Amino acid sequence: MVEQAKVSPQNRSFHQGAPTGPDARLQKSPASYILTFVILFGIWLLLSGRFDLLHLGLGLASCLLVTIFSADLLLPAPNTPRLPGLWFRFIKYIPWLLYQVLVANIHVMYLVFHPRMMDLIDPSIMEFDSRLKSDMSRVTLANSITLTPGTITVHISIYGHITFHVIDIESGKTLPWIMEARIADVFEE
Amino acid sequence: MINLIAAMFILLGLVFFTGGAVGIIRMPDFYSRLHPAGKLDTMGLLMSMIGIALYSVQGFSLGEVLTGLKIILIVVFVFITSPTATHAIVDAGVRAGLEPWTQQRRGEES
Amino acid sequence: MHLFFLFAAVFLALLIILSLYRAVIGPTVLDRMIGVNAVGSKTTALLILIGLLYHRVDMFVDIALAYAMLNFIAVLAASRYFQKRKGLFDEIERTPKEGDAS
Repeated sequence: MVEQAKVSPQNRSFHQGAPTGPDARLQKSPASYILTFVILFGIWLLLSGRFDLLHLGLGLASCLLVTIFSADLLLPAPNTPRLPGLWFRFIKYIPWLLYQVLVANIHVMYLVFHPRMMDLIDPSIMEFDSRLKSDMSRVTLANSITLTPGTITVHISIYGHITFHVIDIESGKTLPWIMEARIADVFEE
Repeated sequence: MINLIAAMFILLGLVFFTGGAVGIIRMPDFYSRLHPAGKLDTMGLLMSMIGIALYSVQGFSLGEVLTGLKIILIVVFVFITSPTATHAIVDAGVRAGLEPWTQQRRGEES
Repeated sequence: MHLFFLFAAVFLALLIILSLYRAVIGPTVLDRMIGVNAVGSKTTALLILIGLLYHRVDMFVDIALAYAMLNFIAVLAASRYFQKRKGLFDEIERTPKEGDAS
């Protein structure tokens, strides 16, 4: 059953260096436990905002419980040493994405407030083949395309075939390809 | 001074919100309505949240800094979930078999 | 500054009424869902503005965060539920066209 479910084995691993055995995604490393606990406890501190003994103790207990049960959900890959570099490149990617989103937003605003909007818009459905391999980078690409106004990801197949809806031809002409190259840079593929 | 910058950001956010609300009404079909609905609202939320965070973090006391961090947490959360919600709606539309509106269909109708 | 926040909140409430138009009129169920989603994301901003008006931002931020999460879950659940053609067009045409039954 497990072997049938895996359509393309080289696509399933989160990072290239990860072991690709049948149980690669089920392995748990201490680093992923520690990272999950730190993230959960940080969110607890942020949301509670009280620093007396009762609230800290409650947060510690519940975060430990959740970490023990679900450490492999938040960080599924056992390959943690590459994560800091990945996160650093990802944080460098975010300002560029925000700038593109702002530019596209202003374009869509111009379309919306234009009196002859019906003549200007030309909705159509475009598709292209992505060369991204891992699940995480494909999700990032699909979310980035959707976040940019003018383009919405309709479907992304397991082979990386992306279908997206554009509101006029200029929005979808170049941006998804640039975005894909950037994301391939971030995830080192 | 900071109040003025915060007010500018909130005004910019309101402009984006207005674009989203007007776009939902003016666009011709389901797929093109999703463009202003999902994204202009997200941008408006980002702008107005930046303004409110600037306004509320002025004294640098612990409570105010926590409030600012929570506002940033809202923005991060919305930026992750808004494309997912848009994708869920568009997926439902495709599975239900809605035809996208095009300039060609407009010519046939009129 | 207080007056400015008041006017911004009132303007945002008017925009919510504008999006509610689509939620009420919208030809299909999915159009109504777009309207509801837009109302939800505007309400998130409106809640924090109300918090600024009452000088209790620390409390209203939590409510806004919970509201954003609730909005997301509601849209996901509703869009899973309306993935079929049956019942989608009942409001505008009683008899479906030929070849539509998929």
